[in-house]
Amino acid sequence: MTSTRLAAWAFAGPALAIIAGFFLLPAVAALALSFTDFDLYALASLRNLRFVALGNYAALLRDPLFWQALGHTVYFVAVGVPLSIGLSLAAALLLASPLARAQAFFRTALFAPVVTTLVAVAVVWRYLFHTRYGLVNAALGHVGIHSIDWLGDPHWAMPTIILLAVWKNFGYNMVILLAALQAIPAELYESARMDGATAWQRLRHVTLPSLGPVLSLVSILTVAGYFQLFAEPYVMTEGGPLRSTVSVLYYMYDQGFKWWSFGMASAVAFLLFGVVLLATEAIVRFARARGAA
Amino acid sequence: MSVGTVALRIVALAALAFTAGSCIRSEPGRTELRFWLMGREAEVIAQLLPEFEREHPDIHVTVQQLPWTAAHAKLLTAFAGDTLPDLCQLGNTWIPEFAALDALEPLDARVASSSVVQAADYFPGIWETNRVEGVLRGVPWYVDTRLLFYRTDLLRAAGFRAPPTTWDEWARMMAAIKAHQGASRYAVLFPLNEFEPLLALSLQGDSPLLSGGGRRGNFEGPAFRQALAFYVESFRRGWAPKMSNTQVSNVWTEFGRGFFSFYVSGPWNIAEFRKRLPPGVQGDWMTAPLPGPHGPGASIAGGSSLVILRDSRHKDAAWRVIEYLSRPEVQERFHQLTGNMPPRRTTWARASLAADPYARAFREQLERVKPAPAVPEWERIVNEMQAVADEVVRGGLAIDAAPAELDRRVDAMLEKRRWILDHRRAS
Repeated sequence: MTSTRLAAWAFAGPALAIIAGFFLLPAVAALALSFTDFDLYALASLRNLRFVALGNYAALLRDPLFWQALGHTVYFVAVGVPLSIGLSLAAALLLASPLARAQAFFRTALFAPVVTTLVAVAVVWRYLFHTRYGLVNAALGHVGIHSIDWLGDPHWAMPTIILLAVWKNFGYNMVILLAALQAIPAELYESARMDGATAWQRLRHVTLPSLGPVLSLVSILTVAGYFQLFAEPYVMTEGGPLRSTVSVLYYMYDQGFKWWSFGMASAVAFLLFGVVLLATEAIVRFARARGAA
Repeated sequence: MSVGTVALRIVALAALAFTAGSCIRSEPGRTELRFWLMGREAEVIAQLLPEFEREHPDIHVTVQQLPWTAAHAKLLTAFAGDTLPDLCQLGNTWIPEFAALDALEPLDARVASSSVVQAADYFPGIWETNRVEGVLRGVPWYVDTRLLFYRTDLLRAAGFRAPPTTWDEWARMMAAIKAHQGASRYAVLFPLNEFEPLLALSLQGDSPLLSGGGRRGNFEGPAFRQALAFYVESFRRGWAPKMSNTQVSNVWTEFGRGFFSFYVSGPWNIAEFRKRLPPGVQGDWMTAPLPGPHGPGASIAGGSSLVILRDSRHKDAAWRVIEYLSRPEVQERFHQLTGNMPPRRTTWARASLAADPYARAFREQLERVKPAPAVPEWERIVNEMQAVADEVVRGGLAIDAAPAELDRRVDAMLEKRRWILDHRRAS
């Protein structure tokens, strides 16, 4: 080993040790835990710990509640992610437009939900979507739509959660996309205009391709984040009504921190990890095929 | 700094943290007692302890407050890390769990020789919640049960002068109130995410909710079946709104507006109603014991107990604190400070409690509280019970199929417990 290599290891060493100690080790321990039925009784005495191999995973795959939770999560991701990115993009385009006035003000205003506290927001949203006193139902009433039981009807609770999550999060992606938009050279638009491209064609053939890499990055981050849905139902509905807003992570929280079935909770975590891995891999492949990444 | 010195420092720090955690340095001859309490109780204890420390100059009590929402996780983590205190307030539904961990000191011998803690003076249902598999693990500190809060004026408007004592009477009154109040108002609020009302009704029957010493669910027994039927009926008839607490927004405002006339709730709401109901309806509400299938019925035996942790090195001093806090005059002051209901009959005979008209129903109800099955899985089981009831009320589950479905899920939750009980017997 040369002295440069030694020096490299010495420099990387502390960081590697921290990663190993605080990331790798807990992950490996959690994986080991997921092959046992570690729970309250095992905490009392390790003689009560049973090795169950893939038993937890098998039990999960047979549990209708887990499939329900996965279904709710996929629903949330499938509707929430396109909606969220679409809204971010639209807002970014508006802000980047040369016609935009008071750009700094709107940028801050649209970013504000990202930095507000979710718990405080939830209190306001619960009132907005209140069946009898809510502003939303009052507005719908004016256009002749019957009041909707937003948080009490199992069919409407998840759409309400999606709305909240999209509203809360779109500002973050908006800022990233805005930065990418402002980095697109003006000459490209100029030459496109000289070639007679319409506004729509300029968006379709100049803006979107230039945003490609950033869009795929934003998609991956958003999908990975949205699969970990937890706080929104936790503060808005507590998983109800009829467990219609229980996500995979919510299910894991119940198993682990409410019922202390840590073996089972770890298994849920690794299943979710697998699902997120598959989903992001699919996005990466899609982006590569389009030549964006 | 070399790697060696860093490692040395880490070891030194760890050792320091360890010694700091395990013992608090104190003056010689003086016992430092660590006492963990939750929520508001931790705030008012500061007004009760000075007198204790005057009586016992050799004992110094250090209080630490845990928020209720984080208390359970914090206690289990402390158990895993061997940092539990000497003395602790514990919700009595958690006692079976910590008894299963063998974290609690048995108290039978101490109670037997105590001149202050008189078992016979406590309400029997509450005392029982502190006994797990025959061993006493805590002393009740205050009690919590559920009974009726009702609007006297709305009941009178519907043609009734006294609150119900049986389910039949209650059903008749709810039907009359609903007819009188119209479609947009209801007779009763059973929040669909709260298990307490249905559990209280289920405890009123004779058949236990678990069978075989907590090995299997027994929700197919008559007690739960009839309670579920009554509960579901009140939703089917439109007496109760199909709502969770999160949808009501503010129960006090709604109770004041007459959105519902009956509410099954606990002692803390006496103070809340006095504070939050509009002045116009302050004279129009009262409390009443919970009606049962055939006359006044049982209810939940909730509340908090005081426990001594098994690993404590100051058990005698901890017991002195328990004895002090169990004195009727101290319990009365504690009630005045918090509104919590005392567990002893002697305390209830004291002036401030005997004179409170809203507390009277609690005094009566406390003679009829029933402990829930003492298994560590109980909280999970009772949550599942409520989830199944919700599936019947708002989902498509048939009411006749619900008890069997619930038993199936509960049996799966108790699998580990059965294995351990069998294991223990075999060895």
